[in-house]
Amino acid sequence: MSDKVLLKGTEACAMGAILAGCRHYFGYPITPQTEIPEYFAKYMPEAGGVFLQAESEIAAISMVYGAAATGRRTMTSSSGPGLSLKQETISTLSAAELPCLIVNVARGGPGLGCIQGAQSDYFQSVKGGGHGDYRLLTLAPNSVQEMMDLSILGFELADKYRNPVLILSDGVIGQMMEPVGIPEAVTFFPEKPWAATGAKGRGKNLINSLYLDAARCEEHNRHLQAKFARIAESELRYEEFDTEDAELVLVAYGISSRIALSVKNRARAEGLKVGLLRPITLWPFPSEALRKLADRVKGLLVVEQSAGQMVEDVRLAVCGRAPVAFHGRPGGVMIQMDDVQAKVRELLAGEA
Amino acid sequence: MEEKLVFSRPEALVDMPTHYCPGCHHGIIHRLVAEVIDELKVRESTIGVASVGCSILAYDYFNLDMVGALHGRAPAVATGVKRSQPGSVVFTYQGDGDLAAIGTAEIIHAAGRGENITVLFINNAIYGMTGGQMAPTTLGGQRTQTSPAGRDPKLAGNPLRMSEIIAALSGPSYVTRTAVNKPARISQTRKAIKKAFELQLAGHGLGFVEVLSTCPTNWGLSPVEAGQWVDSHMIPYYPLGVFKEVEA
Repeated sequence: MSDKVLLKGTEACAMGAILAGCRHYFGYPITPQTEIPEYFAKYMPEAGGVFLQAESEIAAISMVYGAAATGRRTMTSSSGPGLSLKQETISTLSAAELPCLIVNVARGGPGLGCIQGAQSDYFQSVKGGGHGDYRLLTLAPNSVQEMMDLSILGFELADKYRNPVLILSDGVIGQMMEPVGIPEAVTFFPEKPWAATGAKGRGKNLINSLYLDAARCEEHNRHLQAKFARIAESELRYEEFDTEDAELVLVAYGISSRIALSVKNRARAEGLKVGLLRPITLWPFPSEALRKLADRVKGLLVVEQSAGQMVEDVRLAVCGRAPVAFHGRPGGVMIQMDDVQAKVRELLAGEA
Repeated sequence: MEEKLVFSRPEALVDMPTHYCPGCHHGIIHRLVAEVIDELKVRESTIGVASVGCSILAYDYFNLDMVGALHGRAPAVATGVKRSQPGSVVFTYQGDGDLAAIGTAEIIHAAGRGENITVLFINNAIYGMTGGQMAPTTLGGQRTQTSPAGRDPKLAGNPLRMSEIIAALSGPSYVTRTAVNKPARISQTRKAIKKAFELQLAGHGLGFVEVLSTCPTNWGLSPVEAGQWVDSHMIPYYPLGVFKEVEA
């Protein structure tokens, strides 16, 4: 690890991808992620890679599909509306078992919404934004450092499971600057004997997602589901802060978890027993950890920059064991610490 | 008695029956592509991109590495393949619904970039796989399931001449329209496909070969009548010829 460098979240993400061995980036401009394609346009040529600005978000993810089919580490990035356009191919990447990294620097929606950071693409990310029974391993960075680290991890997990990995970031994490430690470049790359590279000295390889015979389609689905079960078992990541004796646990990811952590610290300074659970993977989701917490706390408070999306998964996980409250603001408006703090006080007072 | 082998299956084709209807031209065109790949000795470095439509199962029939693309996306997928595997020979095989309707943006921009791939555009003026609906290339007056009274250009627009559109761009190296409804034309089509592959091998950029094809099943004609309909109806609107060719 070298000395720290001051970077924007978007730049850290792109730099992490190059360190992870990604040499093929295909994208399209959209705020607030445009520094990612700009970074690759500048640095991919000197890394010996390919940067190509596609004619659309759809073409960009299709180019990723083609590059992934040949076994290369490849990625695209966008924001909400662009992610919506990419969904058909994301479903197909998962179906065809093609690894790649997709980055959503999310903005306020719905529709064109606004260009400020938001967390209202949670449903799209973890509930299947595209068609069919598929899952995206979804990573939610909450710092510029994690924009880099999770970018590298994302490529490794994508290759390990032959499935696309999504980084669900937001306009705040993407645009803010923080000091970042730069890890060593990745030097181990797994073999990809399945890739379409030309049938030299072997039988033909086929990259495909169509099964006209329903029985074969079901068989393929069972294969995918078994893989998703392995991912759910092995790749869950989350952090807990001061949950051991907590009476109220905040649940937040990404930028909201930074706000929630500060609220938790303030509350502790006031003598209030408040903890925080922060999912790092949104799928798989830390349902079991939440269930265990729910058995011993008085309540949970979900904090999101949305009208309330992850809160549904928290309620499903907790399944009535403890009350689950929500505080959020939709449309790209920042949550205020004071408001969350007031809600914390109110909830704990209500319990007293 | 000594046997002399004069005709055999190209190595670039898998030994299996196709699902194509009697009188459909896909089988002929598949064979021509496979023959050219064999002749140029590039089977082991070729990656084909199949598209959505009747010819999607081309990925089963070609004895090559194959990638199945989503509807219309083949030129973008082929771009990703070629850019990440620059030493390979990459072709798309697309029907008219795929290339000229839902995939218009992708083909225009791949051609505009002069992407170094070969595009085989099979135009039979109808959506075959979904059962005979109006295509962007369906002729004025032509009856289909979604133009039961015949395509009325006032309501449903005019058919697109894709070769002429693609030839207007700076990027492509070669744009031609051929047919395979007569033996001499089959031979011409084979030469056109070979030229497009050769231009790719020489790095000259996108080659576009449009082949007029039949759909007897959805046209409601016999195989023989369908072959005649290419002459009587298609060629007058879609003239054969070379629309662009760079110096090799």
